[in-house]
Amino acid sequence: MNPATCGRRDPRVAFAGTLLLAVALALAPFAVGAGAGIAWVRVIDFALLYIMLALGLNIVVGFAGLLDLGYIAFYAVGAYLYALLSSPHLAGAFPSLAPGLHWPVWAVLPLGALVAGGFGVILGAPTLRLRGDYLAIVTLGFGEIIRIFLNNLNRPVNLTNGPQGITQIDPIDIGGVSLGSTLEVFGIAVPSVYLYYYLFLAATLLVIFVSIRLEDSRIGRAWVAIREDEIAAKACGINTRNVKLLAFAMGASFGGVAGGLFAGFQQFVSPESFTLLESIMVLCMVVLGGMGHIPGVIFGGVLLTLLPEALRYGAGPVQTALFGKVLIPPESLRMLLFGLALILVMLYRPAGLWPSAIRRREFAGAGRSVEGDRE
Amino acid sequence: MSNVLLDARRIGKSFGGVQALRDVSLTIRRGEIYGLIGPNGAGKTTFFNVLTGLYSADAGEVMFDEARLNIGAPHEVTRQGIARTFQNIRLFANMSALENVMVGRHLRSRTGVIGAVLRNKATRIEEADIADRAHRLLQYVNVDARANDLARHLSYGDQRRLEIARALATEPKLLALDEPAAGMNATETAALRELVESIRDDGVTVLLIEHDVKLVMGLCNRVAVLDYGEKIAEDVPELVQRDPKVVEAYLGGALA
Repeated sequence: MNPATCGRRDPRVAFAGTLLLAVALALAPFAVGAGAGIAWVRVIDFALLYIMLALGLNIVVGFAGLLDLGYIAFYAVGAYLYALLSSPHLAGAFPSLAPGLHWPVWAVLPLGALVAGGFGVILGAPTLRLRGDYLAIVTLGFGEIIRIFLNNLNRPVNLTNGPQGITQIDPIDIGGVSLGSTLEVFGIAVPSVYLYYYLFLAATLLVIFVSIRLEDSRIGRAWVAIREDEIAAKACGINTRNVKLLAFAMGASFGGVAGGLFAGFQQFVSPESFTLLESIMVLCMVVLGGMGHIPGVIFGGVLLTLLPEALRYGAGPVQTALFGKVLIPPESLRMLLFGLALILVMLYRPAGLWPSAIRRREFAGAGRSVEGDRE
Repeated sequence: MSNVLLDARRIGKSFGGVQALRDVSLTIRRGEIYGLIGPNGAGKTTFFNVLTGLYSADAGEVMFDEARLNIGAPHEVTRQGIARTFQNIRLFANMSALENVMVGRHLRSRTGVIGAVLRNKATRIEEADIADRAHRLLQYVNVDARANDLARHLSYGDQRRLEIARALATEPKLLALDEPAAGMNATETAALRELVESIRDDGVTVLLIEHDVKLVMGLCNRVAVLDYGEKIAEDVPELVQRDPKVVEAYLGGALA
């Protein structure tokens, strides 16, 4: 029996579930803030940014099957675009622009998506004939090129301020309400981190919505067809060049939006935030969660943002309680356990922690019994 | 309207020093089943790949449906009305049978990113039409009982027929089948034969590459024989069968 068809739920149960989830998401920052401290709300904000990135990369890697190791470059493009257009920085290089550009967020974010999408096409166009490991190497190089440009474009004209990064970025401002400071709503003080949480949540929901709609469409089917068999896809009349470029552009535009939000949230960007390790991290979220399966990718994004933070705060005290002193510094332990977790998942759940029903069967069919649900 | 659907003129193709096709000309008429046979390595599949745009020809041109066929890109060839299947089945293994056929509708539908995200009325109508046609094509090739199964879980014969359904979804004028009976047992071959005949009867011209000489002779209206990259015969099956050059190519010079 196909699990997708027998899992139909009662609409009333589904409605109640959605309502419950909405209330839980709305109250989450207050609950977490009161229970675990405001630092954890910040962690959740980052988890939402990473979910957006992972969903963007999922279009390229999960749907279209194009391995991209330089994805964080699009995040960087979005972040730097916001930084340049909403800070005093450009006034330094071009005095005529004093006191810098301060574009509104509703103009900068869509522009960020567009420009990042353009960069996606720039990356995609020369790599159309490449697949697998060759494509991975070129995209890896692309990611590094962007980072190195950001690092060095402070001369001859100071565009990016080099390794020091751009500071004094405007906080995101929505309809005159700045998210950068505490807001008083009906006598309740809502700190800035909570306000960003709601904005990021809205953006994430939009990204999820777009992902789901694209997956279940003519475009999504064409992406998956290319992943499955490019020659057969061509023979079916799919213009693989355009469809692949579209995948790169769509994936990149998600990254560009997330980057813009990141810059407004941090009010500071520097090339250090966009290293290869970040690209790998996002790729891990996609692969560990379940490539091509939207809920799995979201789960991967949450897990890989929260776990390292939990280790950061928890590893020290736990060791002290067990051994009386800290044997391994939490920072080293974090990477150690992270690597171990990756190996274990790839050994025992090669389709990811939460794969789609189809993909689970695909791996089960490949000689590994994951679930006994063969029809 | 001319009686000729496809007219290949002096097609040549070489790989390095090997001349895989030399001056191959052949004519396919509307509404017929045209067989292309020949011993192993005679250049049948190469001709197929040139015709469908996977390889570029070194020489010659193809007139299709009264226009010059642009054989630069496979998707262009498909758009102009030639659909194909592959010798070693190339399905989208991890998509369902239904989705495989739906992909075949890509060319004949237009929803873009914005339509897909908004899912407006035009998109919904188009999606319903795609699913509906895909279901009917699955019925046509008798794979509808397994519409929601992954293509890779279908039986060999079902996979072959599913590939044909996917090709038909592009609304071809010419359906090119590359060894569709390879590896099939007698029952499956008989069912395939019926299917190919009904496709022809529904107005789609069929080009058939086949190893199984018996099947070709029984099924095709006309047959061409390739040997070492050259066409050595082209006629109705009864005459081709008796052609001394064909007998020699198949059985060797000593017996001729």
